Amino acid sequence: MKLLRILATLLFATAAVSPAPTFAGEGGRTPKPTVTIETPGKCVAPAEEMRRNHMEMLKHQRDRTMRAGIRGEPASLNACIECHASKKTGTVLGDGTGFCQSCHEYAAVKLDCFECHQPKAGFKAAGVKQ
Amino acid sequence: MSNTNPRRAFLAAAGAGVAGLGFTAIAPGLHLMAVGEANAAMRPAGTPASPAIRWGLLIDASKCAPGCNKCVEACHDENGISEQLPDPRQNSQWIRKIELVDRRNGRTTTLPMMCQHCAKPPCVDVCPTGASMKRADGIVLVDRHTCIGCRYCMMACPYKARSFVHAPLTEQNPEVPRGKGCVESCTLCVHRVDKGQQPACVEKCPEGAMTFGDLNDPESAISKRIAAANTTQVRSDLRLDLGVRYQGI
Amino acid sequence: MATLNPRHEEGLFYVLAAIGGLVTAVGLGAALYMEHSGHVVTGMNNQIVWGLPHVFAIFLIVAASGVLNVASIGSVFGKKPYKSRAPLSALLCIAMLTGGLAVIMLDLGRADRLIVAATHFNPTSVFGWNVILYPGMYAIVAVYLWTLMERRMNPYSKVAGLATFVWRILLTTGTGSIFAFLVARQAYGNAILPAMFIIMSFAWGLAVFMIVQKIMFGWNAMTLHPAIRSRMKNLLGTFVAAVFYFVATYHLTNIYFAKQTSFEEFILLSGGIFPTLFWLGYVLIGTVAPLLILYVPDLSRIRGSVFIASALVIVGAFSLLYVFIIGGQAYPLDIFPGYDVKSSFMDGAVDSYSPSLPETLLGFGGLGIAFVITTIGVRALHFLPQDDLGELQAAGSIVD
Repeated sequence: MKLLRILATLLFATAAVSPAPTFAGEGGRTPKPTVTIETPGKCVAPAEEMRRNHMEMLKHQRDRTMRAGIRGEPASLNACIECHASKKTGTVLGDGTGFCQSCHEYAAVKLDCFECHQPKAGFKAAGVKQ
Repeated sequence: MSNTNPRRAFLAAAGAGVAGLGFTAIAPGLHLMAVGEANAAMRPAGTPASPAIRWGLLIDASKCAPGCNKCVEACHDENGISEQLPDPRQNSQWIRKIELVDRRNGRTTTLPMMCQHCAKPPCVDVCPTGASMKRADGIVLVDRHTCIGCRYCMMACPYKARSFVHAPLTEQNPEVPRGKGCVESCTLCVHRVDKGQQPACVEKCPEGAMTFGDLNDPESAISKRIAAANTTQVRSDLRLDLGVRYQGI
Repeated sequence: MATLNPRHEEGLFYVLAAIGGLVTAVGLGAALYMEHSGHVVTGMNNQIVWGLPHVFAIFLIVAASGVLNVASIGSVFGKKPYKSRAPLSALLCIAMLTGGLAVIMLDLGRADRLIVAATHFNPTSVFGWNVILYPGMYAIVAVYLWTLMERRMNPYSKVAGLATFVWRILLTTGTGSIFAFLVARQAYGNAILPAMFIIMSFAWGLAVFMIVQKIMFGWNAMTLHPAIRSRMKNLLGTFVAAVFYFVATYHLTNIYFAKQTSFEEFILLSGGIFPTLFWLGYVLIGTVAPLLILYVPDLSRIRGSVFIASALVIVGAFSLLYVFIIGGQAYPLDIFPGYDVKSSFMDGAVDSYSPSLPETLLGFGGLGIAFVITTIGVRALHFLPQDDLGELQAAGSIVD
């Protein structure tokens, strides 16, 4: 009897903290991220690879651009933003709607890029001439 | 399989290889077009900055007009520096106009002062994470991916060139990322230089007081001017071997 | 002095821990506010880039290194009365180091990037070396404490003490070098600074130790044997005088150089708050008064006089650090010698600094952290120095 009670408590505790109820969608705890690809099929790599590796791609490339001065590499952050910024809001940020932010919020991974990088597509700082 | 003469194929391949090698050997630093004063070609995509080049500025203080702020405005426009904080001492300034008055005779000079892009930068020595860096072509930059905002480089700079971003920013130029908590300074408009353009301040100066170019190239306009006239480096006693030289002080 | 009722003593502990905890929590809250809003909410700007938090932090870090002196005199130099004081000295080191480091790290513009600081190492940067020196300090002091407090490890305490001694000399030299390596600043860029910081650490560390020791003895209704008291107070006096020697040499040499004279004139005469703090805070309150109290027999005889002298030394320490760190930045860089300069970026202009509330609270938060660690430590473990007078008399360390 005691063993049964222990087992029941364990099962209940596991269920309570299990991720099953968080699987997104209707009635889930966490809303699924809005991943709307405005211009599909034009990304530098297939979606699966991007999902898994975009952080490594961005990290290595930023050092090549910043430190070595290599320009024109495929995964330019500005190019990503131009393509992926929401047509409605014009930015990759935004609660639940931004391409970058909604996924990062869902995965609870801090999005550090946009402390410095401009998240709005096609943004012209005042007075900049191309 | 086609009947290829192995010797012909080898010669063709070797010739192409040599041509390619030769091109890559001369491409970094090669000025494909000598257009205007000190305009370099856009560096081909995928090539790193070359140590054969050393970018520099020559500023003729005697041509600099008192009360004119065009270089400062150009820099702030180009680099997206638009914030106005309640305490103006906390605003970033990558370039500023300094008015000098000679203590002996009251003679006034004005000149713009920015990061001097030293060959031996004290800011690079003191940075704990190596965020303050000197690129191969001599431009001193802050890698804001690794900057922790300790401000040690600001203490170390003899020219007060560095600024600290005190507040969150939203109006950055996409080509010039800058953000709260990081230190920044004049980049010689590296995003323009890499495209073959000149720094914004040089382009906008109405008096033509500023010249930009490759100090390592004896045929560039800037090198010729430095060879022809007396130029000084500010605080030359520190022996930092600056990329920015001045005339007329 | 009557012993505290044990229940009252326990109550007092909780009250003290709570007060310390509150000061710490407020400090941490201030740090969070600064990190979220940016340094725009502080009084620091592009001219005075290191402010009040750095004054607090550098005091704590320098005193942390110096408080270990008490242990070193026992373990390394073999002076018996100091051996029983070594564990408390090590605890104070850890407590103050934690407080100082917390303030420095929380004041960073990107405090969330500490992992970056730990994984990117620039060997020419003293700050980079600190990433190795400070954790190393923790490790070495922890081992040292272990050899002191676990009986079977006692024979190793001499070696551990020597390692600690060498490491903290390196550490404090590093702290002084932070400023010594700044070639262009008139207040810094001076080879005397690392040595000056070491001597300052001796004086300030001992002053902190004397204060903590007095409080602990008071609570436990113990009195310090006059001979030990006399030795320690004389040592403090020596250190305070030595610090003054270094400070005087530093200023006199600077005054001699024509290019430094205007800076010295600012710091010592015309700079407003800086000369005031220097002459009143450091020289009068922080050096002359303690020296009188410690060496004039009629004064030093008074009960509590050493405690007061130590407190005055600490006031002097904060004054000196404020003048050194903030005064050194308030005076403009001499970029164009021989010219008067003016610009929109405060060239040629003396800057004024008024610390804001968040940065002041952060500084006190560091003191709070040190206080909490010390309070909990002395309650939990056996840190109270207990002198075996018989043994000391037999060894000739004290004569009745």
